[in-house]
Formats: sequence, structure tokens, C-alpha cells
Amino acid sequence: MKEIYFNADAGYLEGVVRGYRDGLITKPQYSNLTQCETMDDLKLQLATTDYAPFLQNEPSPISTSTLSARCTDALVAEFQYLQQNSAEPISKFLEYITYGYMIDNVVLLITGTLHERDTHDLLEKCHPLGFFDTMPALCVATTVQDLYNTVMVDSPLAGYFRECLSAEDLNELNIEIIRNTLYKAYLEDFYNYCMACGEPTASIMSEILNFESDRRTVNITINSFGTELSKDDRSKLYPRLGNMYPEAQTRLARVDDMDQVKAILEQYSEYKTMLLGVNLNASSGGVGGNELSLEDRFFIKEVDLNKEAFEQQFHLGVFYAWLRLKEQEIRNIVWVAECISQQQKDKINNYTPIY
Amino acid sequence: MAAVRDNVFPTRMNLTVTKTRLKGAQTGHSLLKRKSEALTARFRAIVRKIEDAKLKMGKVMQNASFSLAEVAYITGDISYQVRESAKSATFKVSAKQENVSGVILPMFQPEVQASGSQFELTGLGRGGQQIQKARGVYIKAVETLVELASLQTAFVILDEVIKLTNRRVNAIEYVIIPRIENTISYINSELDEQDREEFYRLKKIQGKKKERAAATQREMDEKAKLAIDDGNIHQVVDDDSETGVRNILSEQTDSDIIF
Repeated sequence: MKEIYFNADAGYLEGVVRGYRDGLITKPQYSNLTQCETMDDLKLQLATTDYAPFLQNEPSPISTSTLSARCTDALVAEFQYLQQNSAEPISKFLEYITYGYMIDNVVLLITGTLHERDTHDLLEKCHPLGFFDTMPALCVATTVQDLYNTVMVDSPLAGYFRECLSAEDLNELNIEIIRNTLYKAYLEDFYNYCMACGEPTASIMSEILNFESDRRTVNITINSFGTELSKDDRSKLYPRLGNMYPEAQTRLARVDDMDQVKAILEQYSEYKTMLLGVNLNASSGGVGGNELSLEDRFFIKEVDLNKEAFEQQFHLGVFYAWLRLKEQEIRNIVWVAECISQQQKDKINNYTPIY
Repeated sequence: MAAVRDNVFPTRMNLTVTKTRLKGAQTGHSLLKRKSEALTARFRAIVRKIEDAKLKMGKVMQNASFSLAEVAYITGDISYQVRESAKSATFKVSAKQENVSGVILPMFQPEVQASGSQFELTGLGRGGQQIQKARGVYIKAVETLVELASLQTAFVILDEVIKLTNRRVNAIEYVIIPRIENTISYINSELDEQDREEFYRLKKIQGKKKERAAATQREMDEKAKLAIDDGNIHQVVDDDSETGVRNILSEQTDSDIIF
């Protein structure tokens, strides 16, 4: 019965988001982009896309970092339009999406405070989607203790901090562990929220979030090989959800090399196909050839899941899916731009196409 | 070449001294020449190595910046975290000295701390592999740069030293040795000249002596002739008159005149 009322609150926004989706760069456009010889050509090609208004005022030799910044601006502008026009429950959902970026921003500020930098300069580096009203207040804190108290009072992330970290932890733990602990708490919380939204949002979002947490689990496992991160600490960073929770996670917490990870992943049909032909030791394309890395496969899988979200109507997952696709698109554009500016044309096709 | 020579007094001793100097100059010349050749050989090797290193650097730097692009593709901007988590240098450069035929060349040697990086957990949730790979590639790039730097420094220093040595070799060959040789020939010619003068002088003296001897002889002859003529007249008193004359001289027994 919920579907009947869905359009009353979210109909307009869903329409907008689907319109945004149609603005995503398509395969023929990508092939046009990859044909470009110079950054100017690329800029010209992008002028036919949604990014045009953000790029047209840039002086001509455009660098990849500016390109990336302008594309992010475009994304932020669209997302903020959605936010401004949203009402409950979508506004809450959109807010949840921004928490992920907030974690990054807060962690950035914590890093600055830990090293006694002027955190005001860091505000510019923060991701605009993760900007919350009271964030500049965090800059007032000069000690980690202060910062912890301020975060607890002033940020939407207070809950995550309270659950998993104490003020002492901020000082002692590696900043990456803090980040991942927070992200884990956020994922779990987001998952619970989505479950509470009811069908069909729950089923669609659960699939995306399960995948997200599986990906984190695998990545944390792989990236902690040979580091000071102990196996117990490693298992503490795994989000408590996902297809691999809990049995595969307990096993992943014990493994020492890629082959064991592969053996565990192969027991899951969805990842088994993904692993076919993957060179586990290569990173993004690898220097040797054009085979895809595990990370690339994850991207492809993520894009597929997010595309599936658009197959159904009357649910909130489209907003999340659109944002993820758009991010992937920006990554693709920047990748193509990097390949062009560094004249590494042989790897230009290693992006992850969306439509 | 104009007769440039040292301003020395042409004596035999100076000749010996100058000859020793010539020998010294020749030894020095051959030594310097050998040094210059050794340096040039080294120089050529370095030039070749620089070429290789530069080509390699091009490739490695390209790889490095591309691997950074890969990191950016997967994780986004990590520069701040990496900067902040760096506490002490893991890549250090130490300078050593190498001696090539008396020229001291600095050699830079990279020292990579094996015990992992300080940002090994960066990108834990995503892209850690790529970050570590980019780190590895950049370490290689910096190693290449360090290698190139020590080669370039050696190149500049060697270039300078080779020029200096060649200048010295040429100076000895074309200025110092001819000058010493000139000096030697000058001394020799002066000495010869002196010899000739001496010889001429001796001859002259001999001639004079002969002349004088001949004159006395003539006088004696004339005296003898006269004596013979007188002898015929005063044959008897000859002995007395002779002794009488001598006796007059020897028998001067007058007391000394005192004024």
C-alpha cells in the first residue's frame, strides 16, 4: 500500500533522479572521450554532457585535478538540489548518504588536530557532500580531547563515535582504524535504517549495502597483509553485515595471503564469477597488461547492482544508486583525462562503463 | 716559436739543473697525459650511463605518475593523510666519495628503510594495494633520480677536471718543454761559444809565447854572434871580463844609504 503514497512525497525527486540518470555518459560518448588526443578535445566532448556549465568557464589548458573538482561540483550541485527539495523520509535518507562523506571529513580534521595543524585550511579539502553546519566549529578544538567533545555534541556522527571510540582512542589508534571503525558503524546503522524503511527500499538497499560491506571486508583483509594490524583488530573492522557475515568473515580474519582469500570468495556464487580471470596481485589494470584487478571487478559489480536499483520504482535506493553511478562516472572521466594527459592510451579503456 | 727561454746564467751547473727540469717536465707530461686519458675513459662511461639513466627516468617517472592516477581512480585524494602520517624519512640518501685518478667524486647512495611505510594502513578500506604499489613505484623513481644525480655531479666535476688536466698537459707540451729545451740549447751554445773563446785565447797566448820565445832566441843569437866577434879579439881576457862584470854586481858591499 505504501506505493500509493510514494509519489506524494518522492515522486518529483524520483523523476528528477531518473532524469539525472539519463544524463549519465553513455557508451558512445565514452568512446568519443577515449578518442580525444588532448585535454581540450576532452573538454569539448564534455560540453555535450551535463558537466558543460561547470567546465565552460575554465581557462583552456585544463588540468585533471581541476576537471575532477569541477565534475564533483556538478555532482554536488545536483545532490544539493535533491536535498533542498526533499521532505521526510527522503531527506533523512539523503542525510544518511552524506554521513559517509562526513566520516572522511571528520577524520581529516582529526588528522589535522593530531598533528597540530591549522584545521581551518583543511575545510577546503573536505568533501562538500560531507559538509555539515557545525563542521567549522570542529576547527575551534585544538586538542584531541576538545575535538572529541565537540564531535560528540555538534556532529551528526555523535552516535557512531559514542558507540565505538573513546577520547583516548583518537590519540592512540591509527587514523585509518578510526576511519574504518566509524565507517563500519555507519554502514550497520544505514543498513538498519534501510531495513526499517520497508520494502522495496529494504531489499534493494540491502543488496547494495551487503555488497559494499563484503567489499570492505575483502579489501581490509587484503590490505592488512604484512601490516601491523593484528588479526583480532582486523576482524573488529569488518562490518557486521553482508553475504559473508559471519562465517566467511571469521575465516577471512585468519588468512595470510591472496590464495586463501580467493578460496573463501569462491564459495560464493556471485563472487566466484567475479574472480574468473582476475589477477589478484595486479592493481588496476596492472603494468603488464590490460587484465582487470579485483578492485576493477568490484567497481563493475557495484555499477551492476546500482543499475538494477533503477529497475524498480517507488523506493529510495535510486538516490543512493544514482550518487554511486555518478561518482563512478567522475572517476571514469578523470581516468580518461589522466590517460590522455599522460599519454598512456593503451590503458584508457580500463574505466568502468555504466550505460 | 721565438726563442723563449729561462733567464739563467749559462753555466755548466745550470745546464745540469735545467736538464733535470726537462726530465721532470717530461715525466710530469706523461703522467698527466695518462691521468687525462683515464679520466676521459671514465667520463665516456658516465656519459653513457647518464643517457641510460635519463631514458630510464623518463619511463619510471611516467609509470610513477600513472600509478598515482590509478590510486586517484580508486581511492581519491590521499595526499593529506600520507603527508601527515609521515614521521621520519624512510628513504635516505647518503653521500660517499669515490677516487678516480686523484679526483674525488661524490656518490649518492639511496637507503630505503625496509620496515614498511608509516602509512601502510592508508586506504585500508579501499585501494590500499594501489597505494602500496604507487609507493613502490615512486621509491624506484626516486632511486633513479638519485642515481642520475650522482652521475650528473660526477659528470660536471669530471668535465672540469679533464679540462684542467688537458690544459696542463698542453701547457707542458707546448710551453714548458720547448722553453726548457730552448734554455738548454742556449746554455749549450753559450758554453760552446765560451769554449771557442777560450780556445782562441789559448791559441793567441801560445802565438805570443812563441813570438816572445823567438825574440829571445834572436837576441841570444845576436849576442852570441857579438861574443864570437869579440872573442876573436879578447880571447884571453874573455873569462876575466866575464867574471869581472859579475863580480861588480855581486861584490856590491857598500853600506845601505840611510836618508
